[in-house]
Amino acid sequence: MPFGLLKYALSKDYPVSGDIPSASDLQSTYDVVIIGGGGHGLACAHYLSKYHGISNVAVLEKGYLAGGNTARNTTTIRSNYITNEGVSFYKEGVKLYENMSKELDFNIMFSQRGQLTLAHTEASMRSFHLRAEMGKHAGTRVEVVDAKTVKEISPHLNMDDGGSLEIIGGLWHADGGTARHDAVAWGYARQAARRGVEIHQRTSVEGFDFDREKIVTVRTNRGNISAGQVMIAVGGMNYQMALKAGIELPIRSFPLQAMVTQPLKPWLHTLVSSVSLHTYLVQSARGEIVIGGGSDPYQLYSTRSTLDMKEHLAEGAVQMFPFLHGVPLLRQWAGITDMTPDYSPIMGACPVTNLWLDCGWGTWGFKATPVAGKYMAQSIANQKTSAIIEPFSMERFSSFDLLNEMGATAASH
Amino acid sequence: MKILTCPMNGTRNINEFQNFGPLRNNLDPEVVSDQEWSRHLFRANNACGILQEWWRHVPSNYFFVAERNIVTNEVIRTFDPSELESLE
Repeated sequence: MPFGLLKYALSKDYPVSGDIPSASDLQSTYDVVIIGGGGHGLACAHYLSKYHGISNVAVLEKGYLAGGNTARNTTTIRSNYITNEGVSFYKEGVKLYENMSKELDFNIMFSQRGQLTLAHTEASMRSFHLRAEMGKHAGTRVEVVDAKTVKEISPHLNMDDGGSLEIIGGLWHADGGTARHDAVAWGYARQAARRGVEIHQRTSVEGFDFDREKIVTVRTNRGNISAGQVMIAVGGMNYQMALKAGIELPIRSFPLQAMVTQPLKPWLHTLVSSVSLHTYLVQSARGEIVIGGGSDPYQLYSTRSTLDMKEHLAEGAVQMFPFLHGVPLLRQWAGITDMTPDYSPIMGACPVTNLWLDCGWGTWGFKATPVAGKYMAQSIANQKTSAIIEPFSMERFSSFDLLNEMGATAASH
Repeated sequence: MKILTCPMNGTRNINEFQNFGPLRNNLDPEVVSDQEWSRHLFRANNACGILQEWWRHVPSNYFFVAERNIVTNEVIRTFDPSELESLE
């Protein structure tokens, strides 16, 4: 046995090569350059290479793989939105998650445990009825439940009977769930890399050169590349990146903070969120209670954390589950979210003819990782924005066809 | 706790204030094109660097302007809106 170990230690073939080959030099030309090596960019690379036969693709990542908002989000997967366009789109996203471990041959630890959103006011109940009907119309599992059912679904909840934050009902979304964020990114990266997609980390895009309305060169810190098609999917920095291409996106950037408690035995079996408290909780596979809420109250490109926001999240969590009051926090962090005026993303073509946008994912991007990747890849391959993402085009702001998801998004994730 | 200096009430904790976003030009909706109007409604300055923005001191309902670096979160200065020469 020791000799066996020694053999491995001295062997050139061990350890075996990693799932994602280390980067070579940049080539001079790619059919598609994807800017941003997060979940969305990697998913697009996967779909391009697997379903559209386009594998001369480079994914350029300024930092390390999936180290931005893919690593910082709180992994809520759901489709209980309010617009028909939104519900239909996110519904397919949930479906793709259901099959993702198989698709990627990689366990993404998808756990479809349902999401419960709490109402403390009649106004919230009214909006829940609307969301439930829109969801049922689109064929998703979503229903309004009374307080008694809320208590049955999540028995540990403080119902605050007779109090100012009494829980009077909820929106139960059986399709809701969660998955391991890193696994999603790694799974896509591994599949894409196997089909020849090059993933270049620590490669930042500094600018573009144009020939009339078309990008001809992508300038990076490692040299220039010519690109057939270019996609931007850089999360919190989308506004800055699009600006380099002369596009002014309707986006403002805000930090979004989250935190986890120390690991506890499994007790929280659904995702729980409260509209009025701007707080939501989910128990991770490690047992940590992940606590998140709304974005910071003012624009900032910084991932610093604030005591204000932590206090606010802790208050909400303790209101819902008072026994959490003595549980220490283990970690806290922030990401930069690119918020659009109507809380819907911006996808598809733009005035630069070979530039594709996968932007404006604000606080709601993780759940759309597979579906955005699928349809961005399809749009790029066909040179035409796919019908399902057409309503999310940047043009909707000029034609005043907004997709208002604010009520279904803010603080309920 | 972050501190903001209100031109009327002096230095206060930032949780006494409400942010109202970047300054925008005042446009006449009767005159401008749809394109300009949509830009006015939906586009706001988000470039890395110093931003001029509206803030309100909530208890006194006093509106003022702050210049803040939105990368470092450093407040450069705050001043009464009467000091704004023009937003054009």
